[in-house]
Amino acid sequence: MPVRGRLPTIAGVSTLIGRLESWPLLRQLRRSDPCAVGDTAATERTRGLRARIRDAGKPVRSVCPYCAVGCGQKVYVKEGKIADIEGDEDSPISRGRLCPKGAASFQLVTGDHRIRDVLYRPPGGTQWDVLPLEKAMDMVADRVWRTREETWEDTAPNGERVKRTLGLAHLGGATLDNEENYLLKKLYTALGVVQVENQARI
Amino acid sequence: MTAAKGFFTDTSLCIGCKACEVACKQWNQLPADGLHFTGNSYDNTGHLGASTWRHVAFVEQTLPEALGSIEPQGAGNGSSFGMRWLMESDVCKHCQRAGCLEACPTGAIVRTEFDSVYVQPDVCNGCGYCVVACPFGVIDRRDDDGRAWKCTLCYDRLSDGMTPACAKHCPTESIQFGDVEELRIRAERRLEELQARGVRGAQLYGQDARNQPGTGGLNAFFLLLDRPEVYNLPPDPVVPTAKGRESWTFAGLAAAGMFFTAMAGALLARNRSVR
Amino acid sequence: MAENHPVGFQWVMEARERGATIIHVDPRFTRTSAVADIHVPIRPGTDIAWLGGLIRHVLEEEAYFKEYVLAFTNAPVIVREDFRDTEDLDGLFSGWNAQEGKYHVDSWQYEGAGTIPAAGHKHLPADAGAGADAPDKRPATLQERDETLRHPRCVFQILRRHFSRYTPEMVEQICGVPRALFAKVAETLIRNSRRERTAAFCYAVGWTHHSVGVQYIRTASILQLLLGNMGRPGGGIIALRGHASIQGSTDIPTLFNILPGYLPMPTTKHGGTLAKYIQGNRSPTGWWSEFPKYIVSLLRAWFGDAATKENDYLWGELPRLTGDHSHMTTVADMADGKVPGYFVMGENPAVGSPNAGLQRKGLRNAKWVVVRDLAMIETAEFWKSAPEVQAGEVRPEDIQTEVFFFPAAAHTEKEGTFTNTQRLLQWREKAEEPPGNARSELHFVFHLGRRLIEKARASGKERDLLLRSLVWDYPTQGKLQEPSAEAVLAEINGYTWPDRNPVPGYAELKDDGSTACGCWIYSGCFSGGVNQTARRKPGREQSWVAPEWGWAWPANRRVLYNRASADLEGKPWSERKRLVWWDAAKRRWTGEDVPDIIADRDPAYRAPPGVEGLASIGGNTAFLMQSDGLGWLYAPTGLIDGPLPTHYEPLESVVKNALYGQQCNPTRLEYRRRDNRYHGAYDDPAYPFVLTTFRLTEHHTAGGMSRWLWWLCELQPEMFVEISPELARLRGITHGGWATVSTARGAIEARALVTARLRPLQIQGKTVHTIGVPWHWGTVGRSTGASGNELLALVADPNVSIMESKALTAHILPGRCDRGRHPSTLGPTPSPLEPGDPRRDLPQVGTKRPMPTQEP
Repeated sequence: MPVRGRLPTIAGVSTLIGRLESWPLLRQLRRSDPCAVGDTAATERTRGLRARIRDAGKPVRSVCPYCAVGCGQKVYVKEGKIADIEGDEDSPISRGRLCPKGAASFQLVTGDHRIRDVLYRPPGGTQWDVLPLEKAMDMVADRVWRTREETWEDTAPNGERVKRTLGLAHLGGATLDNEENYLLKKLYTALGVVQVENQARI
Repeated sequence: MTAAKGFFTDTSLCIGCKACEVACKQWNQLPADGLHFTGNSYDNTGHLGASTWRHVAFVEQTLPEALGSIEPQGAGNGSSFGMRWLMESDVCKHCQRAGCLEACPTGAIVRTEFDSVYVQPDVCNGCGYCVVACPFGVIDRRDDDGRAWKCTLCYDRLSDGMTPACAKHCPTESIQFGDVEELRIRAERRLEELQARGVRGAQLYGQDARNQPGTGGLNAFFLLLDRPEVYNLPPDPVVPTAKGRESWTFAGLAAAGMFFTAMAGALLARNRSVR
Repeated sequence: MAENHPVGFQWVMEARERGATIIHVDPRFTRTSAVADIHVPIRPGTDIAWLGGLIRHVLEEEAYFKEYVLAFTNAPVIVREDFRDTEDLDGLFSGWNAQEGKYHVDSWQYEGAGTIPAAGHKHLPADAGAGADAPDKRPATLQERDETLRHPRCVFQILRRHFSRYTPEMVEQICGVPRALFAKVAETLIRNSRRERTAAFCYAVGWTHHSVGVQYIRTASILQLLLGNMGRPGGGIIALRGHASIQGSTDIPTLFNILPGYLPMPTTKHGGTLAKYIQGNRSPTGWWSEFPKYIVSLLRAWFGDAATKENDYLWGELPRLTGDHSHMTTVADMADGKVPGYFVMGENPAVGSPNAGLQRKGLRNAKWVVVRDLAMIETAEFWKSAPEVQAGEVRPEDIQTEVFFFPAAAHTEKEGTFTNTQRLLQWREKAEEPPGNARSELHFVFHLGRRLIEKARASGKERDLLLRSLVWDYPTQGKLQEPSAEAVLAEINGYTWPDRNPVPGYAELKDDGSTACGCWIYSGCFSGGVNQTARRKPGREQSWVAPEWGWAWPANRRVLYNRASADLEGKPWSERKRLVWWDAAKRRWTGEDVPDIIADRDPAYRAPPGVEGLASIGGNTAFLMQSDGLGWLYAPTGLIDGPLPTHYEPLESVVKNALYGQQCNPTRLEYRRRDNRYHGAYDDPAYPFVLTTFRLTEHHTAGGMSRWLWWLCELQPEMFVEISPELARLRGITHGGWATVSTARGAIEARALVTARLRPLQIQGKTVHTIGVPWHWGTVGRSTGASGNELLALVADPNVSIMESKALTAHILPGRCDRGRHPSTLGPTPSPLEPGDPRRDLPQVGTKRPMPTQEP
């Protein structure tokens, strides 16, 4: 028997009904929503809509980088990229809430204002040049060393022992981590640098 | 359908921080609307739009009768200074009777299982009928793609049991999200509480069809501290399509009237000619 | 608080909803005022008069919490006979030396007892008479007392006399606060304090940015001690700090005058031996008697085996201070070409520090500057986009500074702890690697240190001994060779030496070199080898104290001085307000929080006379960091500008000091330079208005972390200034139009936001207008505008070298700015401090005042 006249299989029927079902007009008629003011006109995309962090896995637990309230943040990472930063409901400080700055921290860390290269502006220069990181680190180390040598004082003008340099100074720390401030203070003190300051003074 | 979800925005708790605006933009990845210094208090957002789905309104009011008075009203609204600074986070109202939804000719706008009103960007063709059909001026077309956009009540988040971004991040619980039925009860109770504290002008806006027949009530309703006009909200919004049947009836009546007049005229003319 | 700490403000709103009264004292009607019960508009720079008025009211009405005051404060202690108050000397205390421009503080001391101030002081303790070398070294606990509080020289009576003229009428004259409003606030505050209720004070830089900033906080402390609001739940004085770890950067300081844990940096006055340094800083009594353990453990942590008992743990090799080396001093020196090398990390002084023009002059006169930040900021581009460059006054080609910009890792791209404003350390996990060549500061400093240590090893010079000895063996991980932040935190916590087993807390530290600890107050944060700061037990699953979220210093204690929440027997003053108490059955202190007293110290225990060390801490000691264990209504030592707060006008003021002949803080830190001009007169029509700076919710400090974000920029897109409708009318300024604000330092232009939220005040019969100036803007970023800091001066509080930004004099005119040449671009200038008139006070307008002459 030729196959042409074969009756549709049950699976075929259900597929057909499914297809018809995806036609909004039928759904509207079936659910007596002729004006399509219910969800009968919802598309495949709409029906499949899910939160983008649904499959991001366990969030990274973080803390807002702006003010000193210390609101908890949950950072969702998807395919190696930050997909969302939410307030952390578990935090007894913030209870999941964020202010406009905290809510904008997603843009702070992912925005295109972030600079990716070490930049260098020579004396009298009118533009930035890009430097390799390691070379720039070497250059800074050389300058620290040279300036320290040039400005070292074993004694103050009045003869008191001071063992320091006033030729080097540092500013910043309130936006840094404790561990970073600790290493900074440790290194500077060992270098004899005393002019170390941060926003806590300002 | 699950229980209707919505917002109760209690402006007596709003501190105008705009966390809702940014949290919304962050979650929905909306672009900025440009830098415009309006000089209108701290409101540089201006209005809701295609890329701004939460908007905090700021209203500075001098209270001449309170000038020099140092009695706090127990309202916690700073009125001892002789002025008030009202703040209100505005949003799509997800009307029971949604003008945008009824006006949409393409089926792009749907009512979801959460009873919210959602614009499907994959269907919207940018005709703009919805824009003029919204009595609140909420929905708008985006310049770049021409499609209409507005608050989705974080439809994607709701599908995964999450709270909408604005409500979740609001520091002072001025924006409360939940079952509309329950929010209504909460709002009534809050209103009584504020009235008992002597807060003059406290009122609910759009909490049900009785309060706002023109929209059938709002799924995102408000507690205001003054008349709606003060916040730039229409005092008696009416969905244009609500007048549809009436208009057709009148049009039909008018047409019938004209028909009968014409017929009568014709008959009279014939009678006359017969005579 | 609603403006700058909105999420912290949720607790205030919740308290309000539960019946608390919110009082907001601010020159401007802000978003906080909008939800407060009472807003008190106040003239900027007059809070000591305001709070002093409240103190007087509490004393005169006998509204203080008497049992608390007698139990825990120094109200009964007798002060030396030769002490003279500002009431006696027209605004000066005894000991003023006009030639040196400073106080000799001997006469401020307790009768017969030498007192060492607690932590946080700078080089003062090394000064004669300030504790260390006090002529009478009897322990502070041997003080003479009068429990009846009637002795004319007891602190209580001194306090009463000192504030006797701070009447409501005087408050009205000075602050512009109507008497009825004052009475309302006083009544509300008293009603909500004492045994059954508590009241809290929250403050931010509106209190600290004054030439008498420290004394602002002191005034609040006195008030809170009198009302029994310290160390109790719902009480205290709460500093609302502005950066994620600004508390941490004070505890583990990137500050010149202290070492980690508030150990003072050595000064030349400490001499050459560790013993002398310890003698100068250790208090014989109170917890500060443990001082030697902390400094020895720190030196062991830093220099390892190279630090031995025999070589004084290398203490003698540490650099010495000779005076003030604070930010402003450094910048002034840099402008004079004395500081060739400068590191700036996560800070933006070119627009974020006072007298921004002078800051940039400093950068122009440095040899090399290293800037580390997330985005391009003004401090890195001062040679390109600064106002003076845009105006053509300075050409980039002429600026010889080498500038390095290193991109920094964001908070999500590195591990580590922030310490928030309530002293809570919270560990952050890492979400992703930093982009491109961006690195953490930990990476930068570790690898820079590695290079420098190599150079030191090669040099063999004596001056490089500390560098060669530095313990710098932190493990690195990953492709980027990122040092382990946890290893650093473990060192901060402390361990036994040399086997490096973590110590459980600072009580286990030793002064014999057998322990190492990077910061004693943080000791315990890695107790048991477990990172306690990473604890994240949900708040809702814990008690209201939430002790298992993060870790608070000291010893995970959430409320400092909480012993004061219980009475002398160790019973809570009030059941409603209970926090810790003495469990007589177990013979231990217990409670919701970690008790701030030695755990088994019986409340009935009293130290035998003359005893030293921890045995000197009685069971009644509520403030055990103080050498006498008492809350100080009167500070016999530790402060440079007086034992009691006194109302002084700001350096730049529109009126004369109504209380004293002495106009300003006589010990204020001035920088008299041509490029830092002061408006040295009051009541001068040239600068007739008060200027105060402020911040907005939508931006962050100098804008480095907000002016690049579209989502924030669109919310506050432009620089503006706030003025009242009255001032706008007076000067012909239109709302939304341009206005030019000028001070003695320079001028800026901004949009005028005319608003009734600012109101002129009536001060001593004249109308005083205030201009509100936000300072978020600069020349770089997506939203640019003039920086408010162009208008500010380098002038500081003498105790902590903090600038005066909240009250100065200014002028405002309609229209855009014709800025003219900024004083900072006039070329190199000398900076000798002119010997001012004997009292270093300000002349009235029209009086000629010498200015430094310009160098040829």
